[in-house]
Amino acid sequence: MTVQENTSRHHIERLLRDNEDGILDRWVQISNEPLLGRVNESETRRELHEIYRVLLQSLSRPEAASELRGLLAELSRNRARQGFTPSETAVSVYGLKEAVYELIGAEQEGDEQALRGFIWLSRTIDGLGLYTFEAYSAARDKIISDQTEQLLELSTPVVKLWEGIVSVPLVGTLDSARTQVVMEKLLQTLVDTGSEYAVIDITGVPAVDTQVAQHLLKTVMAARLMGAHCVISGIRPQIAHTIVTLGIEFGDIVTKATLADALAYALRKSGVEVVNKRRTRLAIRAEEA
Amino acid sequence: MDRVPILKISDILLVSIQGDLDDHAVLTLQEDLADRVVATGALGVIIDITAVEIVDSFVGRMLSTIAGMARMLDAETIVVGMRPAVAITLVELGLSLGGLRTALDLEKGIALLSRPGPEPAVTDDMSPVGQ
Repeated sequence: MTVQENTSRHHIERLLRDNEDGILDRWVQISNEPLLGRVNESETRRELHEIYRVLLQSLSRPEAASELRGLLAELSRNRARQGFTPSETAVSVYGLKEAVYELIGAEQEGDEQALRGFIWLSRTIDGLGLYTFEAYSAARDKIISDQTEQLLELSTPVVKLWEGIVSVPLVGTLDSARTQVVMEKLLQTLVDTGSEYAVIDITGVPAVDTQVAQHLLKTVMAARLMGAHCVISGIRPQIAHTIVTLGIEFGDIVTKATLADALAYALRKSGVEVVNKRRTRLAIRAEEA
Repeated sequence: MDRVPILKISDILLVSIQGDLDDHAVLTLQEDLADRVVATGALGVIIDITAVEIVDSFVGRMLSTIAGMARMLDAETIVVGMRPAVAITLVELGLSLGGLRTALDLEKGIALLSRPGPEPAVTDDMSPVGQ
């Protein structure tokens, strides 16, 4: 049995070595078929040729297996980044089976040794295919987690509006993780700048439910504990309606319709007077009199 | 930590808590503070918790208790310098410390005391007092 296996292995290895160009051509063709010209053919050929070369090496030398895995991982990473589906990626590997099978079918009809060798090769390629898929999904996960992180960083600018007044313009849906980040950043800014007023602007928040309201209330309470005052602004009519319908109590928290109103409120409370310099004729005459 | 020092600056008592308190130190501080308020006839108590990094519900309650006691003795309590992490913890614990006034730092705390203020900032409509 072992002798037989060995001869079939050698047979298929010889086959792969002798027909390198033919198999490679067919392989590239099969791999590119579902991609519909979204990748450069010469690029694919280069990648697959490299894989083919290392695969041949790894058949005789097991040490080359790790190099082969590295190449496959790189291939799937690239595919994942370019937005290809898992099956489009897997076809790049399984296409080799198809190419070899066509060759065997054409050349040696019913040759038992060739078929046995093909089954052995097929098993090897299956393993490689599975590995490709694992690498693909790992690459996808990495992309997703990177994006989540970037989103968290993006979402929390704390802006200074005036001496002693800071503002957080919230954009997007609020969940627990984001609120946590916003809350910590806002409170830290209050400490760092010594600001007594914070305006939380929710113009960019698409919907407010009990959960979001809860998060907002917690932030306001925490700011109060530190000795700062919070104003919530940017409440759109629909949101005001939702909040009232849901029966959410904002209690004694100051809310304003727009950021401008909130700023005016905070300025007034911190003792800053805003004067319109363009005076009416009536006022000037009154002064002169 | 055995005893938290209580400093007197004109008619204000200043308690600066350094590091994290155990339950025994908390109880001692409450008693000491009540004694000192009576002895000095202080009008205000400022508790500086800038250096406190970890709080539990016991410490949170201590702040409320001290404020309550001081009010009985006609002194107002202001907690200053609370760290963000501490504030978040207290909110998560559900302790809103009603009736307690807070300020960002010692300077603002003293300024708050020197202004006449009828009601505590935490429960009013957060208008700064004395406007």
